[in-house]
Amino acid sequence: MHESAAQIFINAFLANNFVLAMFLGLCPFIGVSGRLDTALPMGAATTFVMLIASVCAYGLNGALAALGLESLRLIAYIVVIASSVQLVEMVLKKYSPGLFRALGIYLPLITTNCAVLGVALFQTAREYDFVQSLVFAIGAGAGFTLALLLMASVRERLQLSDVPSVAQGTALSLMLAGILSLSFMGFAGLGG
Amino acid sequence: MTATRTDRWDEFMEGLWRQNPIFVMTLGLCPALAVTVSAVNALSMGLATTFVLTASCFLVSLLRKRIPKEVRIATYIVIIATFVTVVDYLIQAVSLALYDALGAFIQLIVVNCVILGRAEAHASKHPPLPAVLSALGMGAGFTLGLFALGAVREILGAGKLFGISLFGEHFQPWVVMVLPPGGFFVLGLWLLLFSAWTRRQRRKEAIQHA
Repeated sequence: MHESAAQIFINAFLANNFVLAMFLGLCPFIGVSGRLDTALPMGAATTFVMLIASVCAYGLNGALAALGLESLRLIAYIVVIASSVQLVEMVLKKYSPGLFRALGIYLPLITTNCAVLGVALFQTAREYDFVQSLVFAIGAGAGFTLALLLMASVRERLQLSDVPSVAQGTALSLMLAGILSLSFMGFAGLGG
Repeated sequence: MTATRTDRWDEFMEGLWRQNPIFVMTLGLCPALAVTVSAVNALSMGLATTFVLTASCFLVSLLRKRIPKEVRIATYIVIIATFVTVVDYLIQAVSLALYDALGAFIQLIVVNCVILGRAEAHASKHPPLPAVLSALGMGAGFTLGLFALGAVREILGAGKLFGISLFGEHFQPWVVMVLPPGGFFVLGLWLLLFSAWTRRQRRKEAIQHA
């Protein structure tokens, strides 16, 4: 089945949103979505790492297939993701200290974000070519950022409302995520 | 002897109940919500994770004096990824249907924070036996949490448990429960229940002390 680039983007961005429909990257989604001004840098950094991971995974997959070493795929992917996060960290530190300070704490966290490894694994499983992989990674990153932004803005408003104290914390966040996820189901079928 | 035995039991129970990874620490939520559309899927995911967790903690604990501090996280991840690859091929060999149902989430066990957390916080500082016991307890707690989610979602969303129909043919399944939003709702409700229960316990204790 051949998907067009637009279909892949819409699917990853809305219809099969990485966070709200596929449950990837929930830890930062629950943990870092408390405030709007930290949600955007986190989303941008994750998107960037996803893009790098996707390109690397595409190259690696070809190399491993040529050598007949597919069983090492998972180990290779995770090592590449961990080192690319480190690389991004070093490059940012050298050339853009301001941005590095803004992202500081969130950068190392991205290694254990399953959305990043998810991008690499799904593009392999679905046999996307190079351009498709790139579009998929951008769509997934944009979807992650969108979910984080929505959640953060809802939670900021929620601080002013009267919530029963027994429901405070993670339970409330999960309920909110459920409602968001319910509304995202309206996009189902949009990507064809 | 008895003292050490209770200590070991404690080690096990801590992961299973007091520090339950899903209900208390809310770690490893991605697989917990994604694969729990049925009790069978939930149980197999729990068992696979328990195996990876126990095996990696054992190895990390054996090698704890040989792994240099600077590269420990990378080493742990490679160890975990190795065992996940083993599980991946194992499930593929045993049941292809299950492999298709769990999909990429078997390989995503690698980034389950419960495993890396245990390896870093416990196994790297303790000898093999306590490390394995603690890992088993965590794994059992994770499986229990997954099962609690999977069973509720299957009963409400399909009217079945382990594929056996419970309510007869006139039951209208509550389909949203097996769809993504249902996962968020059921886990949210479980957390609500636990928090209400802990509060009650605490109030009782306060009354007894007064």
